[in-house]
Amino acid sequence: MTATDIKATRRDAAEHGAAVAQARRVLRHAGFYTFICLLIAFFALPLLWLLAAPFDSAPGVTVSLPDFTLRNFQVLADNPYALRSLGNSVILAGGTGALTLLFSALAAYALSRVKLPGRDMLLYVLLLLSSIVTGTAAMVPLFNLAFELHLIDSQLGVILILTGGMLPSAIFILKDFMDGTPVSYEESARVFGASPLQIVRHIVVPLVRPGLATIAVWSVAQVWGNFLVPFLLLRSPEKSPAAVVMYTFYTEGGQPNLALISTYSLLYSLPVVLMFLFVSSRYGFRFHGGIKR
Amino acid sequence: MAGSGYFTEETPSMNVLTRRAMALTGAISLTLILAACGGSGDDAGGSNSLTITANAIAGGKNAAQADWIEKWVIPQFTKAQKAKGVDVKVTFRPSGVDDEQYKTKLALDLQSGSGPDVYDIDGIWVGEFAQAGYIKPLNNVVKGASSWDGWKQIPDSVQQLATFEDKLYGIPGGSDGRVIYYNKELFKQAGLPEKWQPTSWDQIIEAGEKLKSVKDVTPIQLNAGTAMGEATTMQGFLPLLAGTGESAWADGKWTGATQGVKDALKLYSEIYGDKLGDPLLQKEAKGRDKSFAEFAAGKVGMLLEGDYFWRSVINPKGGVAPMEKRDEVVGYAKIPAMTAGSGVNGQDFVSYSGGGVQTINPKSKNTDLAFELMKFMNSADAIKKQLAGEARITARTDVNDEVLAGDPMLSFVSKDVLPVTSFRPPLAEYAQVSTLLQEATAAVVDGKSPEQAAADYAKKLEGAVGGAGNIKS
Amino acid sequence: MPATSSPELEAGTPAKSEDVERRPEAPGAPSNRVQAGGDAAGLGRARATAFIVPAMLLIAAFLLFPAIWTIYLGLTDYRLTGLAAANPQFVGLDNLQNALSDDRFGNSMWLTVEYVIGSAVIGQVLLGFAVAWVMRERRGALRRLVESLLLLAWVLPGSVVAFLWIALLDRDSGTLNALLQTPGTGWLLEYPMASIIVFNIWRGAAFSMMLYAAAIGNVPPSHLETARLAGASTWQQLRDVVIPRIKGHILTNLLLISLWTFNDFTPFMLTAGGPDDKTEIMPVFIYKLALNSGELGFGAAISVLMLLFNLIIALFYVRMLRSRKDDAA
Repeated sequence: MTATDIKATRRDAAEHGAAVAQARRVLRHAGFYTFICLLIAFFALPLLWLLAAPFDSAPGVTVSLPDFTLRNFQVLADNPYALRSLGNSVILAGGTGALTLLFSALAAYALSRVKLPGRDMLLYVLLLLSSIVTGTAAMVPLFNLAFELHLIDSQLGVILILTGGMLPSAIFILKDFMDGTPVSYEESARVFGASPLQIVRHIVVPLVRPGLATIAVWSVAQVWGNFLVPFLLLRSPEKSPAAVVMYTFYTEGGQPNLALISTYSLLYSLPVVLMFLFVSSRYGFRFHGGIKR
Repeated sequence: MAGSGYFTEETPSMNVLTRRAMALTGAISLTLILAACGGSGDDAGGSNSLTITANAIAGGKNAAQADWIEKWVIPQFTKAQKAKGVDVKVTFRPSGVDDEQYKTKLALDLQSGSGPDVYDIDGIWVGEFAQAGYIKPLNNVVKGASSWDGWKQIPDSVQQLATFEDKLYGIPGGSDGRVIYYNKELFKQAGLPEKWQPTSWDQIIEAGEKLKSVKDVTPIQLNAGTAMGEATTMQGFLPLLAGTGESAWADGKWTGATQGVKDALKLYSEIYGDKLGDPLLQKEAKGRDKSFAEFAAGKVGMLLEGDYFWRSVINPKGGVAPMEKRDEVVGYAKIPAMTAGSGVNGQDFVSYSGGGVQTINPKSKNTDLAFELMKFMNSADAIKKQLAGEARITARTDVNDEVLAGDPMLSFVSKDVLPVTSFRPPLAEYAQVSTLLQEATAAVVDGKSPEQAAADYAKKLEGAVGGAGNIKS
Repeated sequence: MPATSSPELEAGTPAKSEDVERRPEAPGAPSNRVQAGGDAAGLGRARATAFIVPAMLLIAAFLLFPAIWTIYLGLTDYRLTGLAAANPQFVGLDNLQNALSDDRFGNSMWLTVEYVIGSAVIGQVLLGFAVAWVMRERRGALRRLVESLLLLAWVLPGSVVAFLWIALLDRDSGTLNALLQTPGTGWLLEYPMASIIVFNIWRGAAFSMMLYAAAIGNVPPSHLETARLAGASTWQQLRDVVIPRIKGHILTNLLLISLWTFNDFTPFMLTAGGPDDKTEIMPVFIYKLALNSGELGFGAAISVLMLLFNLIIALFYVRMLRSRKDDAA
């Protein structure tokens, strides 16, 4: 083998190595984009119906190019409860979200920072019990409780009951967050003479803000989709949220009026989508603690 | 550290925040305390006020009924009472959800001792509501209830709807009947007569076999399985069982693995075993909706349904699966007994019926006024007003004679079907029995032998109705 | 002065994060987790109690009390209508016994376990983690798009989502059959459990993604860099660097999504428990008992059994959590 041959081999090897690295990178890129494309397809595909059906004059349970019409929106605008129910949903979801957020944040912080005997056990027990109360079997106790408290047909009643059911999960998630933030900031702030409440407001809240945003979106989405509690506790349709009103677009025999249901679904989905977009752009929806990145 | 100096100064915003939080907390605990100690204020309002509810809502389910109550009944009734010197205030509480959900909500209200003064229930709930004490016999609640002149117009068979253990609990609102719908165009293509009335189950199977020759057509849609829910029992199994001379509940006992149950299940096995029906459709959550759409599209030969199907599903005007040429294309026939004369009471033809009942809350403070309202709502004038020109089988003969004249299908049901119809047992256990029957049909569709499915049904029935002593086999 | 206007307080700004990262104690995540009884803010017992009381009051009134009432109902034969509504009898543990000897209960329990393990423990956790991992260093439109789509599936109301999936999976003219050229495949009928598992992965992967994105964000990049320079494969990086550090988050995530999935009622709207009870998971079973046949006592008893089962899951996770803490110590 001549020197040139060896050189060539070496060069080949080097080129080969570079080529392998290159190929690997290409491959990884290809893999990445394949994964992303499949992911996007998987998550976007079911949403097509929501884009097509509302504008169809005779929608079915399948996606098709619509025989375009805006008549369905007109019918909904004329419905005495449809648009108002979206406002009711905002009241119920907003109220529940605010209460859940406030009370769970306070409780989670205290549980995270101050040693209370049996706090972990307590949280687990509450978390488990919340699964009973959110189920259908608890409807008699919940109804009778609300009845005794004169909270039937009261939006406050719905808010309180839903908040009670969601607090354990919210506290659990937030406590996990608060446990994950270093105490050193709070300690230094204390050295500088800040009061505990100031510390909470100016150190802790900003640190766990993505967590708070998550809880806010989670609780609002939970209430937004909840049918049973508002249905059982509210009597006047003027106070009913969208989840309940959507169930009225059926015939006497239980057949769905898809033209109205699809259109209403779109209207019904928009506020949560807007809320999500707002929260994610304004407050950084991700869990990034911002501290230990 | 960034922002360290910040903490030394007092920030007003923080105090605002905490103060707000405290105020909110305080307000909420106060509400709770107030609510807990609050007086026994009743939401019923003044002495002459009535609340009325029905599973109807403007712009949604049963919208016409809701509009009628809100825009006609309430103002007219108030006016009529005022003429008598009585000031009344009537409030309508609309609903408009699934029947089971409506029932649950109403029952929750009633078990807490509250609830509306006048409410609509399904005739099938009369027994269980009566047993629970949510309704009482009309004569116990209202003095002279039986002297209403409207009773003469309501046939005994329809009054059955509101009757439990020989006592009348309310005023029936109307009735319906089940028939076999068939597509005349498909029948023609299969060489079957356009005017068709089978007189035995065999003739249904025969017609089904002929329809097999037409491409892409399901010959028979006979509801089966649990996904169809009550439609399987009401539009399928029970009419068949009636065709064998039996019913699900008779002489104080539930029907177990009798010959009739086996025969009815055998028809299921013939239809689905021989590919005369689409077994998959019976399992889909939206199978019933789909069967309607397929019938409307001319892909189903025969379908057993109530007159609801004619009025609200394939109705070219406002049906959920409108059929442009319904009146020309769709035929209807009575459901035959297994063989001529083998049906209940020796009948040649059978059907099943249901319908709503309007009742009074026994806890109402104004039972007499409530009954006044019921009489008002069930007068011939009021009912005609509710129909607003639409044909529908009401409880009153005088109204039916007038409004059904223009609709041959509904006249057919009223004149030929209602006289041979049966009603379901109005007992609390019925819901479970119905589910078990649905499961039995599902098992047969899946290929289980009718004998085995009947035996399994009878075994599960023991658990549902409290032991073998309550079952006739 | 409104506090939020202070730029220093805009937490999560990169400048600050980097600043912090150089702090010597920051990278050692476990040591940074609060030790029990830290009380760094000097909250004191009185204030801590005041913080906890509002939440606990609401929970006591609207969760604890009805839950105990439900447990009591589970000891009776209460129904919403019929004779048992007027005069419910105390039946003690009969309901539990009946449930345990009822095939429907056994079937339902088994289906629920399949559903929870398939869709939550495996599906949501893996997909959520995978998305968080491949997206960890990405910024910009693509990441936003992917995250938004996942979160959209998470926030849309269940009743709307059900229609979306029925349209997707329909037997005759569903979008999926059109795409795959498989006309007539009834996905919800032929593969009912698989369908609702995939559905629930779609529905809930967002939460896991968020949690893992946060957790991975907390792993110091320098550690990953070191591992990469040492020639560690992706799998080795995950196993040796990432997973040990995010174990706590994994367990929190597992606990919550298991419980949530265990109580998830949405599949009912897709399949109504069918075909032939093949998707009759616990919440659907209880719903049918409570609403269709009105057997509230029995339904309540089954809720209690479900609670016990949830307790076993929780204890299992807590044990794992304990061992994690021991490792860290």
